[in-house]
Amino acid sequence: MAKNGEKQQATGTPELVFGGVWKYDPAPESTEHFTIAPRYELFVGGEWKAPKTGKYFATIDPATEKPLSEVALAGDKDVDAAVKAAQKAFPAWSKLSGEDRGRYLFRIARILLERAREFACLETLDNGKPIKETRDVDVPLAAQHFFYHAGWADKLDLLFPGQTPEPLGVIGQVIPWNFPLLMAAWKIAPALAAGNCVVLKPAETSPLTALRLCEVFQQAGLPAGVVNIITGDGKTGAALVRHPGLAKVAFTGSTEVGKEIQRAVAGRGIELTLELGGKAAHLVFEDAAIDQAVEGVVRGIFFNQGHVCCAGSRLLVQESVHDLFVQKLQRRMARIRVGNPMDKNTDMGAIHSAAQLARIRELVAAGVEGGANLHQSACELPKKGFWFPPSLFTEVAMSHRIAREEVFGPVLAVLTFRTPEEAVEKANNTSYGLSAGIWTDKGARILWLAERMKAGVVWNNTYNRFDAASPFGGYKESGFGREGGRQGLRAYVRLAGGLLPG
Amino acid sequence: MAKDPAPISFIQDVARGRVSSARLRRRHRCGTVSAMPVPVPKTYKLFVGGKFPRSESGRSFQPTSNPAINVARGSRKDLRDAVVAARAGLAVWSGSAAYLRGQILYRLAEMLESRRDAMQRELQLGGLSAPLAKRELDTAISLTIWYAGLCDKVQSLLGSQNAVQGPFFNFSMVEPTGVVGVIAPDSPSLVGVLALTLPLLAGGNSAVVLVSESAPFAGLALGEVCASSDVPAGAINVLSGLRSELAPQFASHRDLDGLLVAGAPDAALTQSAADNCKRVRFCYLSAADWSKVERLRSLTWVEPFVELKTLWHPVAQ
Repeated sequence: MAKNGEKQQATGTPELVFGGVWKYDPAPESTEHFTIAPRYELFVGGEWKAPKTGKYFATIDPATEKPLSEVALAGDKDVDAAVKAAQKAFPAWSKLSGEDRGRYLFRIARILLERAREFACLETLDNGKPIKETRDVDVPLAAQHFFYHAGWADKLDLLFPGQTPEPLGVIGQVIPWNFPLLMAAWKIAPALAAGNCVVLKPAETSPLTALRLCEVFQQAGLPAGVVNIITGDGKTGAALVRHPGLAKVAFTGSTEVGKEIQRAVAGRGIELTLELGGKAAHLVFEDAAIDQAVEGVVRGIFFNQGHVCCAGSRLLVQESVHDLFVQKLQRRMARIRVGNPMDKNTDMGAIHSAAQLARIRELVAAGVEGGANLHQSACELPKKGFWFPPSLFTEVAMSHRIAREEVFGPVLAVLTFRTPEEAVEKANNTSYGLSAGIWTDKGARILWLAERMKAGVVWNNTYNRFDAASPFGGYKESGFGREGGRQGLRAYVRLAGGLLPG
Repeated sequence: MAKDPAPISFIQDVARGRVSSARLRRRHRCGTVSAMPVPVPKTYKLFVGGKFPRSESGRSFQPTSNPAINVARGSRKDLRDAVVAARAGLAVWSGSAAYLRGQILYRLAEMLESRRDAMQRELQLGGLSAPLAKRELDTAISLTIWYAGLCDKVQSLLGSQNAVQGPFFNFSMVEPTGVVGVIAPDSPSLVGVLALTLPLLAGGNSAVVLVSESAPFAGLALGEVCASSDVPAGAINVLSGLRSELAPQFASHRDLDGLLVAGAPDAALTQSAADNCKRVRFCYLSAADWSKVERLRSLTWVEPFVELKTLWHPVAQ
């Protein structure tokens, strides 16, 4: 009865419909302040070098499918040259005083902010994410990571009192396409602060901002070879993590590839950190501030088109508020502006690639076939490019693929629970453990739940917040090691007497 | 010989049939044996979920240090049972206050101390001389006390409050990785088990330990010490058996969250441990290092088997 009553109340709320009446004027960000070169080489030993493979591949704007530039395809010999360049730079860089290493990192942070708009635009063009996000999240956070770690470079003795932290050596880093610049900053900044040198491979489909970061390094006068950036495909990444010259591999990407990398580095005695996939549970209790929770859930799943490893892709709503919540969520979804990522009003941009779009479609089809109820907002999608509307599934069972597999797209699976125990049980019933969200007004319950979530980051009455000072990383098959905070820096130093890595 | 100050070893030798009839007659003439009842040798069994089962396989093996003794030869099914027990033990152990865990580990040290004679005999059965056995026991007790006192400091030492932008309260706390498999070194047979297991327990994990293959006696007897130390059932589980048979099964077990192996990094073990992204570490020490207590107590041994959880909450009126 109560359930029916709420339903009535929910449907009885008068709704103001603006959508069809007024259109938003376009507000595109201009791109006259920077240019994209027709071709980018590899950044090795402080110089731009043509790949020994002689091959290049195109990188496109996923919103228009137009090619933006072409980048070098690094082969085994190029990987080897990059690792050798890093090895050559390592003795001098690791012996440089912490203060001086810090000064280079501070300069990088400053230059990145000076060139913030150029980086934001380039990221949006190459990735498809809205300019609002690159401008307000990706670029400022990337700069913060350099600034934050710059301050650690001369304070390692405070971090590990009574011990002598040593840099590891040359770090091989492989990053994904969903936060290209930010992931590069997450990887490079702590490595350099601790005195390591780096060979980084950006994702095949989003290499441009990492390559532009090399210009910043040059501008900052960073010594040659301290950071080397090589572009390529999966084979390039595989060659890098298998290179015998590495002291550590740091990888962000899928759980499947992460496991392959763990196998590839096995027995070599080198360090490994993995930041892998997720299938985060987002818990909403009946006593939560419902409207704020709706905003949080929207932020949790539609931020960056859902291309987020910590996306809140499993919504667990307390049964008593399920109908009301879903209705409010659908109403809010209808107001998400999907379209030109360069438009400053756009909330959701383009799906990053044709391959990712196919993957999302496959999983959504599996959801429909499995009997779940699909709701998509009726937004107009551009003709060219890769697009997918904000989507929500109700009537989802825990066994559905959309409730178990990482969709990595704007697709939310809604499930219900009755008691906090059931919420915990369902939330943890996954091999992933990267993040979780909790919405309730009761403080003691938040802590009770947060203690029980098997997840590395727990957002309470908020979601998808990031900071250089806040460690990020997962439990279980979401990987190991942290990025950010003092615990993130720990993964880039060697302390005497420690256990050996696998 | 007749005035042997430690007749226990003599009794054990008698029990194992390793005393010549001439020597036995000499003892009889001195009157030392005639006064003794028939010895009661111990059956060496596994320690799983607070109980002492034989191997479900019904198998036993004869350790090289003392081939006269039969020791339960653990099987893959014993490992599975132990992991189930450890999963249950984890909930109790990690759910206990860190202060309580510290007290329980301290109790373990007390029990080791009060059972010195028995533990020393187990070490001697494993081939050590009396002075070496005593030294290893000293190290074992010292190590246990160090980790007992660490339990309620781990959170403050490895956790943090983080200064983030915006109106948010943000802190990171450590939690145990979960159930961790331990492949203890062949030697030292007692300190090897404790040095690898105590850091896990201090971090709140539960453990399934495979003890020394050549000298399993002290490691198995540790189960008896645990059983009298308020260690919750399943928090520590002790298996004996053949390392070459069991180590790969530890590595591939999908419900073990971590693996800590004594010895040089072993690619095959890590490769199969990658199936569920286990946290894998190797402890490769020289014999000299194994005997130095200061080399065996380190926060860096706790770190690989704790998980960091970061909580965010808005700050608002």
